[in-house]
Amino acid sequence: MKDINLKETLLNPIFKGNPISVLVLGICSSLAVTVQLKGACVMALSVTIVTALSSLVVSLLRNTIPNRIRIIVQLVVVAMMVILVDQVLKAFAYPVSKTLSVYIGLIITNCIVMGRIEAFALGNKPLPSLLDGLGNGFGYGLILIVVAFFRELLGSGTLFGFRIIPESFYDLGYMNNGLMILPPMALILLGCIIWIQRAVQKDLQEK
Amino acid sequence: MNTNSNVYTVIYSTILVVIVAAVLAFAASALKPMQDENIKKETISQVLSAAAQADDSMSVGEDVMAMYAEQAVDAFYVNGKGVVGAHMNTGKENIADIKVESTSYLKSQNDIIKKIEAGQTELLESLSLPVYVINVNGQKVTVIPCYGAGLWGPIWGYIAVAEDGRTIDGAVFDHKSETPGLGAKIAEKPFYSQFKGKVFGRGERKFDVVKGGANGDESGVDAISGATITSQSLGRTINTWAKYYEPYLSTLAVAAEEAVAEEVATEETVEE
Repeated sequence: MKDINLKETLLNPIFKGNPISVLVLGICSSLAVTVQLKGACVMALSVTIVTALSSLVVSLLRNTIPNRIRIIVQLVVVAMMVILVDQVLKAFAYPVSKTLSVYIGLIITNCIVMGRIEAFALGNKPLPSLLDGLGNGFGYGLILIVVAFFRELLGSGTLFGFRIIPESFYDLGYMNNGLMILPPMALILLGCIIWIQRAVQKDLQEK
Repeated sequence: MNTNSNVYTVIYSTILVVIVAAVLAFAASALKPMQDENIKKETISQVLSAAAQADDSMSVGEDVMAMYAEQAVDAFYVNGKGVVGAHMNTGKENIADIKVESTSYLKSQNDIIKKIEAGQTELLESLSLPVYVINVNGQKVTVIPCYGAGLWGPIWGYIAVAEDGRTIDGAVFDHKSETPGLGAKIAEKPFYSQFKGKVFGRGERKFDVVKGGANGDESGVDAISGATITSQSLGRTINTWAKYYEPYLSTLAVAAEEAVAEEVATEETVEE
């Protein structure tokens, strides 16, 4: 078993190896749920829990899983976690679960979850796998929150539903940018984030 | 141990699926009461929001259960002939006892309505449609639900009817999975606020959601552009449900007229 730096496992996916901005995975849901900060936060939390726990479970089972059906086994584990999260949200955070509607259920198709299990949890011990899942969830959540911050602020003039841009601005002729509410603007914001990150981290630039 | 043998694979997958099923079944049944409570609160909130549009000074806050217990005058079922059946608890003694019907109940009634539409008119009496009567600053507002198929999934709503049994005081709509930004707009204020002041028609056409502007149409509202199917379905849904509520609503109209007549009569006697 090769030695794994636990701290690196947790922190690397948050910035240097971010699943969205570097690996460009999980784009779909990051376009769909970032209209408001609140939804983005709940989504980030849900994805983090799902990736962390399913990585942990698969890692615990890794030596027993028959190789031929390993993808199906992973899928069953991930699906179970997603349904659990969905049920808990419906019981304790009904309004948010309603705004996120199908996107919670669609976490199962998020490439980050299956990608990390296949690439990491299947070959590593439970603790590093858990940290890797957490790290990737945080990395995903960070981008989601940054995008949602700009979209809600510029699109609706609010943050977490509270008015940030004062009424006097509107009286002077300021208007909310309606384009920010629509998914294409999330893609453009995401592009900007990737651009900034590549400008800072020169080693990510392709020759 | 050979983890690649067929026997191992079959046993492994069987055990895994059974365990996962057990976990999910346990979670689902443990969380069910709380989820049902949330759905009930949402239904109550929608009934109240529809009724509250009758009076601008009324608003629906967080504690919908207490508000419902206070303002609900009565809640009961009516059949397709307008006969009032069993009553529902409005939570006057205990808030937790409030009874409202969920969308799954509306669906079962909608199935009966479909059969009646197909010609089985003998089922009219077995209909049991919920009616909620809410007191909005002294006015008795009758809230009736409607339920039908949208584009992708069910759509439903609550329509508040004034004491005359025809004038619409307000409406709220919801949907399971209409297209966000298009059909989903039926749940938004700019759409449902059009309903206030409209009237259920007297003939075959009770209500409609029309294309190209509903200016001057007293039994129609403007459809949502880009959401033709959702709009049309909603129009049909309201029209159909209003038809089956009409026998009951027309008794309201008679009662309202009698009340006015009585008032006039007593005034006359006083003058004498």
